[in-house]
Amino acid sequence: MTAKIKKNLPISDTSEWTFDLIEKYHTEIERIAKNFGLSTYPVQLEIITAEQMMDAYSSVGMPLGYSHWTFGKEFVNTEKNYKRGQMGLAYEIVINSDPCISYLMEENSMPMQALVIAHAAYGHNSFFKNNYLFTTWTSADSIIDYLLFAKNYIAECEIRYGEEAVENILDSCHALKNFGVDRYKRPPKLSMQEEKNRQQEREEYLQSQVNELWRTIPDKAKNNSDEKEFRYPSEPQENILYFIEKHAPLLEPWQREIVRIVRKIAQYFYPQRQTQVMNEGWATFWHYTILNQLYDEGLCTEGFMIEFLQSHTNVVSQPSFDSDYYSGINPYALGFNMMTDIRRICENPDDEDREWFPGIAGSNWIETLDFAMRNFKDESFIGQYLSPKLIRDFKMFAISDDDKNRQIEVSAIHNSAGYQTVRSTLSEQYNLGSIEPNIQVYSVDAKGNRSLTLRHTQHLRRPLDKSAYEVIKHVARLWGFDVKIESIDENEKIIKSYECSPPK
Amino acid sequence: MAQIVDRRLNGKNKSAVNRQKFLRRFRKQIKKSIENVISERSVTDLDKGEKISIPKKDTSEPFFHHGQGGHRDIVHPGNKEFHQGDKIPRPQGGGSGQGEGSEASDSGEGEDDFVFELSREEFLQFFFEDLELPNLVKTQLSTITETRKVRAGHTSEGMPSNINVVRSLTGAMGRRIALRGPYKKEIKEIELELDNLLKRHNETDPVIINLRERITYLKGRIKRIPFIDSFDLRYDNRIDQPVPTTQAVMFCIMDVSGSMGREEKDVAKRFFMLLYLFLTRTYEKIQIVFISHHTIASEVDEETFFYSRETGGTVVSSALKLMASIIQDRYPTNDWNIYAAQASDGDNWHNDSKICVELLNKEIMPFVQYYSYIEITSDRHQNLWEEYTDIQSNWDNFAMEKIEKISDIYPVFKKLFQKHDA
Repeated sequence: MTAKIKKNLPISDTSEWTFDLIEKYHTEIERIAKNFGLSTYPVQLEIITAEQMMDAYSSVGMPLGYSHWTFGKEFVNTEKNYKRGQMGLAYEIVINSDPCISYLMEENSMPMQALVIAHAAYGHNSFFKNNYLFTTWTSADSIIDYLLFAKNYIAECEIRYGEEAVENILDSCHALKNFGVDRYKRPPKLSMQEEKNRQQEREEYLQSQVNELWRTIPDKAKNNSDEKEFRYPSEPQENILYFIEKHAPLLEPWQREIVRIVRKIAQYFYPQRQTQVMNEGWATFWHYTILNQLYDEGLCTEGFMIEFLQSHTNVVSQPSFDSDYYSGINPYALGFNMMTDIRRICENPDDEDREWFPGIAGSNWIETLDFAMRNFKDESFIGQYLSPKLIRDFKMFAISDDDKNRQIEVSAIHNSAGYQTVRSTLSEQYNLGSIEPNIQVYSVDAKGNRSLTLRHTQHLRRPLDKSAYEVIKHVARLWGFDVKIESIDENEKIIKSYECSPPK
Repeated sequence: MAQIVDRRLNGKNKSAVNRQKFLRRFRKQIKKSIENVISERSVTDLDKGEKISIPKKDTSEPFFHHGQGGHRDIVHPGNKEFHQGDKIPRPQGGGSGQGEGSEASDSGEGEDDFVFELSREEFLQFFFEDLELPNLVKTQLSTITETRKVRAGHTSEGMPSNINVVRSLTGAMGRRIALRGPYKKEIKEIELELDNLLKRHNETDPVIINLRERITYLKGRIKRIPFIDSFDLRYDNRIDQPVPTTQAVMFCIMDVSGSMGREEKDVAKRFFMLLYLFLTRTYEKIQIVFISHHTIASEVDEETFFYSRETGGTVVSSALKLMASIIQDRYPTNDWNIYAAQASDGDNWHNDSKICVELLNKEIMPFVQYYSYIEITSDRHQNLWEEYTDIQSNWDNFAMEKIEKISDIYPVFKKLFQKHDA
């Protein structure tokens, strides 16, 4: 444990912030973070107003979003809640970019600014820089440029082709954005210069490719015999937007470019969707650890700590399932407690820990946490590190809900018989692969009416929500010809299908 | 070392474009919501923002996701009494349990509504757009100016009642001092000379007697200086300065006989609202008098005006009589700008229309700034219209139009007021 040497004077004793104070606190926080071995992108702190925070918040934290009504809706909603006082504004927004941009809101007090610096500019920042999903799938050094390119390109399209036409395409792409990511193949790096240079080239190339597909259609007379063999695509495609970008017969080049933009941005956010618990847990763990260190060194006052702790406690609270405030498991609470628990297992393991975590019990906690941060996503992180002690602390229980039964069943609780089940169930709960329906491009009737068939492979008999019909309309708009979606069960039997023609 | 950037002065309305896009996208729903709002609003209550609620399902964006059903396993925190294998009834709201529970709302808004605030400008924009009314607000009514007496120094001529006593007396005193001066000086000199002479001569000396007479003469002159002279008088000066009259009264006259249905009343209400809005741009203070009539007219409050429904025939002149008498009693024309808007389906007891024309010509039109009549009917013109056509040709400040449906209001309104400008 750190020795409590109160040799320093607190940096400040009021809750007002100044640029000077931010710099001083930042210097100390940076020093402490480095001592703990956090490796980060350079930090850029930006002071903004509450209104600007609302702007940023409603464009999913993108500093330069292209314009679209859905962001307006978010803004209207955020503003309403903020004015009503229902919601404090999110006090941190941090951009996965190099340098890492972190927003500090003008209205916040000094302790809150310090918290945000520690949380976002060091916690999230180091996660962005080192987690394998982020290093593999995102290019922090070029995202800002790409967003700028996207914003300008879309604005230009609005002028050239009309706002409505652009809005239609964007609406349709947004409906599919979760199906516009490559899950296994690393995407090429983004760069604005490259994008610009290549864009013209690509427009021509894409168009020629599309034509190629339709040109290689065998003659009618010839293919009657081998109807079974000819299937396009030869393998089902999981990236629906990519497939549309490359193969939709009727899209204009600029429309393909917009499909690509939505796809690229979805890809950029894909790792964040898979690491919510870890990312927030990591950042929360570090703001807690760093600010406590700050206090131990006598650099901040008790009032400072009380304000910080109050905010921290709110963030990591976990209402139980029967509470009015319950809305699922709080990723901050779960993540923070797991990180803290790993440290505990390293520093003060008991017999249970030694049995469950022989590899890390008693190891160096900084190295162990660092390893966990780098090499996992939520699903595997929970599967690997959720300890029996935490399951007991959270009093977790697993429910098995099958619509074949009239009642739901408690399949496991926080006892030795249940730990494994609870852990694997919770882990599965963060598996995007099973949260999202499995829908792939199955075939294109290339020689017939050019219709596109999507296939939904049911997982545990879960049906698609009704809104799928709306999504199919959007797919039809992009594809330009009829689109069919089929749901198949475990035996590959089609149990439901729905067809839609493109809008005239 | 971190870079600290102060972005506070950067544009803060980055979302304004998106907000506009949002409003444009849901124009139809917002308009509908505004229509509901308007029917609930008071006529004078038009000029502010509004809370708009539109169905949430319209604003939601679809995406592929699982619906209810099938099998799923979920972990929840906070177990108190469950044991492995317990069977419990499925909670309402489906099996997901992931935050799809009730979001309690204290303001009584349904969960199915997306509620937000329109600013005043946006509200007016939508309101006018609804009436296809782009630039009404920019049009300026030519304001009739009223003069007011203001002080403007003093004059030497005027009415006795305006004499400024202090000024006059000050002037008089100055004049007296000025006029007395030479005499007093001479008296002083003579007295000095007398003193010298008396040392050598006695009183009977003719020189001395002469001097004494001179003193008596001069003292007489001094005495004869008037205490106040006519040209001492100063009068407070007041001049006429043109000032716009800042108050206006608006008469809303509506036929509430059985033939006016809810729809017609709604059209009338919008028209009155427009006129009110129009006037608020020009006048500081506006009063509204609601006169409803069937066979007899009465002054009513707004609620009654728009929502009560009477049956029976129609005698328009009763309302005009009432209006004329209210003008006489309460709204002297030099203090008030009087506007009137009359809405009717044009149906009138046919002998009465002539009386109306008479009343308008003699007792109303000379006193009002503007009188507009709208006939709300989809039929052909009714008898009141024919009679009013005469008035229109006689008076510049009279206008009438026919409105069939809500969307006619603005063009009609514009026409009415353009004519006035001409």
